[in-house]
Amino acid sequence: MKLWKTILAAAALALAASTSSFAARTDLVIGIPLEPPHLDPTAGAAAAIDEVLYANVFEGLTRIGPNGEVLPDLAESWAISDDGKVYTFKLHAGVKFHDGTDFNADDVKFSLDRARADNSVNAQKGLFAAIDKVDVVDPATVKVTLKNPQGSFLYNMGWGDAVMVAPESADTNKEKPVGTGPFKFQSWAKGSSITLVKSDNYWGAPVALDKAEFRIVPDAAAAVPALLSGDIQAFPFFDPDSVAQVKDDPRFKVVIGSTEGETILSINNKKPPFDKLQVRQAISYALDRKAIIDGASAGLGVPIGSHMSPANKDYVDLTGRYPHDVAKAKELLKEAGLENGFKATLKLPPPSYARLGGEIIASELRDVGIDLEIIPVEWAQWLDQVFTKKDYDLTIVSHTEPNDIDIYSRKDYYFNYDNPAFDKIIADLNLTSDEAKRKELLGQAQKILADDAVVGFLYELPKVGVWDAKLQGLWENAPIQANDLTKVKWSE
Amino acid sequence: MTAYLLKRLIIALATLVLASMVVFAVLEIIPGDPARLMLGLNASADQVEVLRNQMGLNAPLAIRYLHWAGGLLSLDFGRSYTYSVPVIDLVRERIVVSLPLALIALALSTIIAIPVGLYSASRRGRAGDAIAMGVTQFGVAVPNFWFALMLIYLFAVWLRLVPAGGFPGWSAGVWPALKSLLLPAVALALPQAAILARVARSALIEVLNEDYIRTARAKGLPYRAVLWRHALRNAMIPVLTILGLQFAFLLAGTIIIENVFYLPGLGRLVFQAITQRDLIVVESVVMLLVAAVIAVNLLVDLSYAVVDPRLRSRQ
Repeated sequence: MKLWKTILAAAALALAASTSSFAARTDLVIGIPLEPPHLDPTAGAAAAIDEVLYANVFEGLTRIGPNGEVLPDLAESWAISDDGKVYTFKLHAGVKFHDGTDFNADDVKFSLDRARADNSVNAQKGLFAAIDKVDVVDPATVKVTLKNPQGSFLYNMGWGDAVMVAPESADTNKEKPVGTGPFKFQSWAKGSSITLVKSDNYWGAPVALDKAEFRIVPDAAAAVPALLSGDIQAFPFFDPDSVAQVKDDPRFKVVIGSTEGETILSINNKKPPFDKLQVRQAISYALDRKAIIDGASAGLGVPIGSHMSPANKDYVDLTGRYPHDVAKAKELLKEAGLENGFKATLKLPPPSYARLGGEIIASELRDVGIDLEIIPVEWAQWLDQVFTKKDYDLTIVSHTEPNDIDIYSRKDYYFNYDNPAFDKIIADLNLTSDEAKRKELLGQAQKILADDAVVGFLYELPKVGVWDAKLQGLWENAPIQANDLTKVKWSE
Repeated sequence: MTAYLLKRLIIALATLVLASMVVFAVLEIIPGDPARLMLGLNASADQVEVLRNQMGLNAPLAIRYLHWAGGLLSLDFGRSYTYSVPVIDLVRERIVVSLPLALIALALSTIIAIPVGLYSASRRGRAGDAIAMGVTQFGVAVPNFWFALMLIYLFAVWLRLVPAGGFPGWSAGVWPALKSLLLPAVALALPQAAILARVARSALIEVLNEDYIRTARAKGLPYRAVLWRHALRNAMIPVLTILGLQFAFLLAGTIIIENVFYLPGLGRLVFQAITQRDLIVVESVVMLLVAAVIAVNLLVDLSYAVVDPRLRSRQ
């Protein structure tokens, strides 16, 4: 009898223990490949900063949604003057920073003025270039006056570089970030992990997770066992080449989405013989995008024909402009007086899309008589030689900034491309807020770039996410590089 | 003995000064601008210039060297460009991972290698020796990242005895921290043990051919006693030399293993700092490592004197 009692008690205990484990988990460990150099999104270009903090710890006046749309954030609404130059933002009431101080219009003025100041080290200072002045109307209302109408202003204010910071904590955000978001910073074990916990005084809809740890896993080979052992439950940016190892495992979900990363074969447009249109067009004809995507990106990735993401609403499909045609390429080279081919260099930065893609492109260009010498470079060298000094012929790089077609109109940009007609379109675009008109201008801009074969347009970098099948709410696409955890929860 | 010590010390100091110049010069020559790296593709040239000024990168080379070297003398290692915290803080966070890892690996490697070397040497040419040497040959040849991955799949994914990687920090408790260092230590130790066992074996074989060994055997000492008391002690010098080199390697040359186990060690700090052109971190950490290597070599030199009385009396 006594034995039975013991067994029953044990069974009851076991049952209680197992039912309590049915309650949904509230913690999450996310793997990220690169460690942020610091934790201030307004003072650095490293994507890893936003991957940890955007929408989680820091918020802006507006924000970018999962599909690239502009959503209200700390500004609950806004009014735009008829001339398109004055934006009046109405701020949410009762918003507090994680250190307990109030968020109000003064903080907005401080944040925007800081970002556009002469000594600003904001990596996207250009986002604020159109701002003429910022006025505090009352604690909940702020008026931003622009020098000229700017169609993309609300979008710009949604970038991670435009988040709101407090004067009390702005200088220490690099080490101890203080924002208004649903998660607050808890700890950073350098080289190892960054931990966020739920903020109790959040103004918006509460989040489901109590704790989120971002663990730095630099080696793609280490990511698979980390998932399999359950140590890490999500890799939102997974190595495409490792997908085969987990895609048939029912415990995991493999999600292929889009990014804003146009992967291109950049061409130095001023350097002979690349200053000849026929030569650039010959290169475009020589490229076989399908083979490049298969070899450099495990077959994932969408071909592009100009500088715009196929996921963008203003995208125009120009992939048919230069079909893979070796004969045509040779003919164009002959027209350019280069029927015997020529030699050039191809500088490749470290990412595998560049290193693997470079081998394939070199062999494809060899087929039409262009003999490429491959020069692998580090990022630091690439930025120095290619990007700053423009000492290169060809290079491969993914331009991951969203909506960045305007880079082709920038003076002194490393493409060395100069076309007044294109510049005019971008200038008009900046002054236009009407959606239909913008779409038309963007269409023209894409077409000019394709016609001029400014660079070799290859493909849109895929976003490959792998996570626990029971996990919900992580972003499928990456309209900006972020890991928004506000809607993430465990099912059951 | 004092003269011997003094001479070693002076050589060590001169090496340090020379190394500081070489390290600084080499790193300043390689292309790359930390300010541009931090600001990315969208920042203007003017802005990069503003940041360069803030970071103090625009001062002349000689001034910056003197500033840095002067700081080193007062144990001020400067501030990291990218992390903007004192370099010494970064090093302190990493050394608590790298040093225990190196010590565990070194201990493991010695515990495995010496008995294997003794066993093989005493059974030279026989089956046991052939098998042991075959295994060590495999240990030397196998790439350690592959070996590490096999360990992870076996002990972390399949048996779930240890985490697949990462380091919870010593604040999480001694056992969890040690547990996460166990697999990397084994992955590091086995190839080192294989090398060490082979060195120990050939050193022992050489010693076993000496006349005094025959004398010791002839006067009736048991083989085991000859091996441990006479042979091993005389074979220690090459073994200690290799151990010294291995310690220096284990402290900072473990970047591959640190990557596979995503451990926040010194190797990864240097690697990251190089890619981000955080030159001050690279320079200071490399100098610390140079100092550590010199110190270890000094210790090894001193230990020669302990195991070999002739080195003591010669001076």
